[in-house]
Amino acid sequence: MKHFDVVVVGGGHAGCEALHAACRYGLHAALVTLDKTKVGVMSCNPAIGGLGKGHLVREIDALDGIMGTAADLSGIQFRLLNRSKGPAVQGPRTQSDRELYLQAIQALLAQQDYTLIEGEAAALMSSGGVVTGVRLADGSEIPARSVILTAGTFMRGTIHIGDKRVSAGRMGEKAADELSQQMESLGAVFGRLKTGTPPRLNSDTIDWSHLELQPADADPVMLSFLSKGPTASQVSCGITHTNAQTHDIIRENIGKSAMYGGHIEGVGPRYCPSIEDKITRFADKSSHQVFLEPEGLKTNCIYPNGISTSLPEDVQEAYVRSIVGLENVEIQQPGYAIEYDFLNPQGLSTDLESNLMGGLFLAGQINGTTGYEEAAAQGLVAAIGVAKRLKGVCPIIFDRSTSYIGVMIDDLTTRGATEPYRMFTSRAEFRLKLRADNADQRLTEQGHASGLVSRHRYDLYQEKIRRLDQCRSLLSSMAVSPNEARRVGIDLGLDGRRRNGHELLSIPGVTIAKLADLAPALSGFESESLDQAAREALYVTYIERQSRDIDALTRDLSIKIPSGFHYAGVAGLSSEMIAKLSAARPESLGAAKNIEGVTPAALTAVLLSIKSQSLKNTG
Amino acid sequence: MDSIFAQATATGRAGVSVIRLSGPQAFDIAGTFCKLPAVGRAGLRAVRARDGALIDHALVLCFEQGASFTGERVVEFQVHGGLATVAKLLSELSEQEDCRLAEPGEFTRRALENGQLDLNQVEALSDLIDAETESQRQQAIRVLDGSFGDAGAQWRGKLLRAAALLEASIDFSDEEIPDDLSVEVVSLVTETRASIAAVLERSRMASKIRSGFTVAIIGAPNVGKSTLLNAIVGRQAAITSDVAGTTRDVIECRVDLQGLAVSFLDTAGLRDSDDAIESLGISKAYEMAAAADMRVFLIEEAGEALPIEMRDGDIVRLNKGDERCSDVGSVSGKTGEGVSELLTLIAERLKVKTPQDVVAIRERQITGLRSAESFLGRVLELTDLDPLPFELASQELYFALSELDFVFGRIDIESVLDEIFSSFCLGK
Repeated sequence: MKHFDVVVVGGGHAGCEALHAACRYGLHAALVTLDKTKVGVMSCNPAIGGLGKGHLVREIDALDGIMGTAADLSGIQFRLLNRSKGPAVQGPRTQSDRELYLQAIQALLAQQDYTLIEGEAAALMSSGGVVTGVRLADGSEIPARSVILTAGTFMRGTIHIGDKRVSAGRMGEKAADELSQQMESLGAVFGRLKTGTPPRLNSDTIDWSHLELQPADADPVMLSFLSKGPTASQVSCGITHTNAQTHDIIRENIGKSAMYGGHIEGVGPRYCPSIEDKITRFADKSSHQVFLEPEGLKTNCIYPNGISTSLPEDVQEAYVRSIVGLENVEIQQPGYAIEYDFLNPQGLSTDLESNLMGGLFLAGQINGTTGYEEAAAQGLVAAIGVAKRLKGVCPIIFDRSTSYIGVMIDDLTTRGATEPYRMFTSRAEFRLKLRADNADQRLTEQGHASGLVSRHRYDLYQEKIRRLDQCRSLLSSMAVSPNEARRVGIDLGLDGRRRNGHELLSIPGVTIAKLADLAPALSGFESESLDQAAREALYVTYIERQSRDIDALTRDLSIKIPSGFHYAGVAGLSSEMIAKLSAARPESLGAAKNIEGVTPAALTAVLLSIKSQSLKNTG
Repeated sequence: MDSIFAQATATGRAGVSVIRLSGPQAFDIAGTFCKLPAVGRAGLRAVRARDGALIDHALVLCFEQGASFTGERVVEFQVHGGLATVAKLLSELSEQEDCRLAEPGEFTRRALENGQLDLNQVEALSDLIDAETESQRQQAIRVLDGSFGDAGAQWRGKLLRAAALLEASIDFSDEEIPDDLSVEVVSLVTETRASIAAVLERSRMASKIRSGFTVAIIGAPNVGKSTLLNAIVGRQAAITSDVAGTTRDVIECRVDLQGLAVSFLDTAGLRDSDDAIESLGISKAYEMAAAADMRVFLIEEAGEALPIEMRDGDIVRLNKGDERCSDVGSVSGKTGEGVSELLTLIAERLKVKTPQDVVAIRERQITGLRSAESFLGRVLELTDLDPLPFELASQELYFALSELDFVFGRIDIESVLDEIFSSFCLGK
């Protein structure tokens, strides 16, 4: 068996991004998967992107990842969320044809050079605290200098439907049970999380005639910076609602739900609750929305978004059929809850390297996240971590002030995960700076310096920036008096102050069209540059106001806390603070800031102690 | 990088207070107050406010970068005029661009980062940070008025909810969120802003600036507290002022006790009461007692349970010492027995304490509240626009919240998320 640089265990969203990135870095890579036909499959909602999630996809794309491209190739209902709100909170999203997405991912992977191994990873091999490879269930060994574990929901995965319990990583696919046990013998302490999925419905048996339809955008916004437009046909989603009868059925049978019947110990997310949760926690809400999402162009399978459940199959049928439009629906696959192992992500470095052993990286659901996009971003980060370790490539800085990926990594590694972690724009304190539209400006240059971004993408990016800079220069060179502005319909106070194009664009209601009246040369630029300049102008004053905070954060991030730092010995820290810091093991003062309850005084106390130590060591 | 300032000496009736300003713009900023002497030379200067009014004739010293406590440019103002002078100078400094009151330990932080401290100094400072942290916890209750802590909690709660409503409209716009959330946001922000404005107004009018130490006399009704207070005051040659406290039920007497500025508080008798007004006075007493530097418990019987927990340094005395046989640990307000000894003990214990830096903290809080109020005003301006720019409104709201951070502690995004998920059924 060849010796690999990296073995990726698990071909899900995290695994595929990790694998592709490892190949882009020129690493000698292998993928271990239980079923090669399922590489890149979507386990649950056939959609990519959204609010926060869309931002992650753009960032992955900016670094030449594959999720955005695959989504665009398979997208059948593109919708830009928050289209009527500001650019900073707009989230590109699309429903995807499940089959097309899978094919797109596999095709993109096929362009890279790696070894695919079908089998079950049963054990991590190590020597002297460093990983040396993976052993399969059949006994064969795969030697490797590093391992990226991206097992998704497969590690001791258990599917629950009512009181039926089946060991599985996904419906119809067997779980991986051995690896968890072996890792426990190495000191891993697993927790359990749960997630759920709704029943799948047969579209031909749905009465669409009275249902509201939600069409795709007339002006679709792509997930990848490089895509020109959709290639697949666009479809509409149907909208229906649960009703009192639905709720009664569920309530009467609530004890039979796997969750409420006490069969599941795993914690589920607050924001993706089962229909049982919704009815219990919000008892006075008389109906809940259900989105009927086509799973593909050539299939009659419908994904009813909003009724995730683990009730027994007969109850599922009863309550689903109580919903308007679904009176005669055929359930093709029942909904279920799935419980799986995860490890506390506080045990990870910011490269996602595990403290269990050197060279072992973890990404995706195993770190306590939920969502394809969250997983894919981590896969990318892990691969970068591997490349740093093995090839010494330029690191890519992911911190809270430069990327959503940074926000997620920081949240996971400093706060841990007590419920499945999902990205929201509200998690980013610098949300106005971390926009989906500028992900490339924030990351592509770094990606290129690191060796992760292809020549093709980088060239296109540079060209885009060149044109954008020209546009920006033109805007900066404008000097418009209030009178001149008024003449084209911009209402300014007569303060005698001349303003440039950026300042004018930041005024609500001022459009590029109006500015073009003042500076005709502007119409020579294509809308991409003009729109981008307009977006920047909207937020520039806010970003400036936050620049002090960003500088402080950057400074604090550069102050490293030695590993194994003894917090109990720091004067001025409460015992609660000591416990939190010891659990989180922040790598820098900047990371320590993110811990709940940390005060500036506490940070100074830690800094004092660090300096004291280093003075003692040098003195 | 901001320039920071703070009082470097303890507040009190001392002759001199030192205010230190550190930062890249220290010379420029200080230069607007007076002509600066050459580096290394102390100069007596007329320090003036922006409107030209004289603040004080102060000794001013300038330290160059690399040759100062913090390693940055530093200007020290040694002012002589007492509490009001200090307050004025701090207030004027806070109006300067890129200039603000230092956070606890911030001078030390900068000194550390600029490599100015050696190992001994670093170790000595650790304890100082410890003490500062402890004292910070008691600030809010003490400084403006007693109900400040309660108000703060209410403001935070309302603004947290407003933030949650805005975030729900942003992050869950594709789910079933009611359309009229902004109505509630406007009402929460308006109420909070008005409340903050009211506190600012009250604090402006309550010109009494408390500083120095506070000793609360605690005990049941009729145990002889007022008599004791009179005896204490009567013992002193110099009564600095005899002011009514902020409520009817607290009498405060400020006294010079062996060089220390001490306010003795005669609190309402602590007992369970059905009377609403008396209850108010009693909870005020509890508050004052909690915030005081020291408590003197006056009790009827030895071993009696104390109405509040005793802390290190507190003193217990049996009352009506003139009527008792055992006069160990007793006082009599009536005859003056034991009062001298009590006062000596109090002075001894206070001398080793770090006094609250009340004036400086008060300025910080006022500046913070003013900023918060102005950010909330911005939120309301934005909610007037159609369409409502949610992300800008929420950013201004977060700016307001972070101004309230120092006093009331940080609001975490998890709290905002908790609020959203408990209010709305979300999740597809």
